[in-house]
Amino acid sequence: MSKRTTINRREFFSFLSVGWITFAAAAGGMASLIFRYLYPNVVFEPAMDFVAGRPDDFDDGVDERWKNVFGVWIYKNEGKLVALSNICTHLGCVPTWLPAERKFKCPCHGSGYYANGINFEGPAPRPLERYKVNLDASGQVIVDKTKIFRYEKGEWTHPDSFIVV
Amino acid sequence: MKDFLNIYTDPVYSFTFVCIAFFFMIKYVEVIATLKFGIGLMIGTLVMFVLCFMDPVFTKNFYITNDNVPIIYLVFLIAWTTWYALYKGIRNDKRMEEGLPPLEATPENREKVWAWPNLVYTELFAIILGTVFLIGWAVFFKAPLEEPANPTWAPNPAKAPWYFLGLQEMLVYFDPWLAGVLLPGLIVVGLIAIPYIDMNPKGNGYYTFKQRKFAIVTYLFCWLVLWNFLIIIGTVFRGPNWSFYGPFEVWDAHKVVAANNVNISEMLWINTLGVKLPSNIFIREIAGILLTLGYMVLLPVFLTKKIFNFKGAVGKVFNGGFLGKYLKSLGWARYSILIFLVLMSLTLPIKMYLRWLINLKYIVFMPEFEFNI
Repeated sequence: MSKRTTINRREFFSFLSVGWITFAAAAGGMASLIFRYLYPNVVFEPAMDFVAGRPDDFDDGVDERWKNVFGVWIYKNEGKLVALSNICTHLGCVPTWLPAERKFKCPCHGSGYYANGINFEGPAPRPLERYKVNLDASGQVIVDKTKIFRYEKGEWTHPDSFIVV
Repeated sequence: MKDFLNIYTDPVYSFTFVCIAFFFMIKYVEVIATLKFGIGLMIGTLVMFVLCFMDPVFTKNFYITNDNVPIIYLVFLIAWTTWYALYKGIRNDKRMEEGLPPLEATPENREKVWAWPNLVYTELFAIILGTVFLIGWAVFFKAPLEEPANPTWAPNPAKAPWYFLGLQEMLVYFDPWLAGVLLPGLIVVGLIAIPYIDMNPKGNGYYTFKQRKFAIVTYLFCWLVLWNFLIIIGTVFRGPNWSFYGPFEVWDAHKVVAANNVNISEMLWINTLGVKLPSNIFIREIAGILLTLGYMVLLPVFLTKKIFNFKGAVGKVFNGGFLGKYLKSLGWARYSILIFLVLMSLTLPIKMYLRWLINLKYIVFMPEFEFNI
């Protein structure tokens, strides 16, 4: 015959608290491991800022040389040089530059943009974003993709959004 | 003939044709639901596919993405299942008109059988046949091995898997928040809600068409026209730059398609009144906001209550209150959900026609808040 153990109300709640706290800690630890797992140790992504070359290297119009490496079009027109993002503002596809039509055209849902990034056809709600550009000491263009300038917020007049050439 | 088809498969025509065809399908459902028509439909679909695949351009465009192949089965299966359900429903409707019970309720059909082996054997064979089919398919149509993924480049056209092409087509007409999140969510929620909204006990355990006409017509319109036809548009009629291409038209990425789209605010202030856009965004978007409110608030009232008192055919359409009879049978909660779902699903064809006919981009356009309708 085993001895019947008794436990009073206070002890029951202590056990219960310890149990729940342990469970919550274990579950939280597990969740944090899973969360950590979602972020890889090494990311093979192009750098967020890069040296694009001297402003004279670019002809007037859209330049595609950095598009496949950094996802940036350099657009030079009327004495201004800007860096256009190559992500469609509708759903994030990569538009194609059509030199003959002088427009960007998204292959996913048909959004179209003029060479300066202004949207004019298809469902895109706003123009392409522009990245921060400035000149370094040796006169090279530095494109910084961490800072974006949006037209509909009136940010394209910001001095960092273009270079006067 | 091919040139004719290339022109008239343009969604603005073909979508209209499909809507008209749907209307006639419902109106002459007794003709549709005959065995002769069913056989004719299957043969007709087969002949259509054979003729299409005899065209090299069609075949080439079709096989650019290998997963287009299931579209063929989709067309056959949907034509078949729709026809078969209508056939069985109309057959029962005729029996019930003569005072007979529906076929499923006759004494010999009420006899019960065991799930094992009757049902399980059938399922086993279906599984085996399905597996054989998939293996055969995997052997004959190999998955394409493409270049490594590159986040700064996209194929042109960039097509979703075939079952999402309807959604992709929908995204052409809406802001991604609406067509990518809200409307697909409403499709799922609406499908879950059907058994709670549909209080009609008729058709329980037997096929019928006439006793469940509203439910069947609403469902089939959304399923056949708004979902499957959009998949077919996305698969066959869309090419580079997501422009429209006829099924027998060579995909030329430099095809010029005028698609300058304008917002309702620009139509009102710039094109009609000839002034600059007001700086206050709520005044700027006033027309769109009023239209949206009218659609979501006044139209349900119009659909529920008889407001005008026109005579004759005009009155049938414009007096209002066609759905009013359902208010009584459903109760206000179910009825308002029903109206909401019907109106939301009709936004799709409305927005499509507005885009095609007057190049409308957005009705309410507030990129400042990422809010575009």
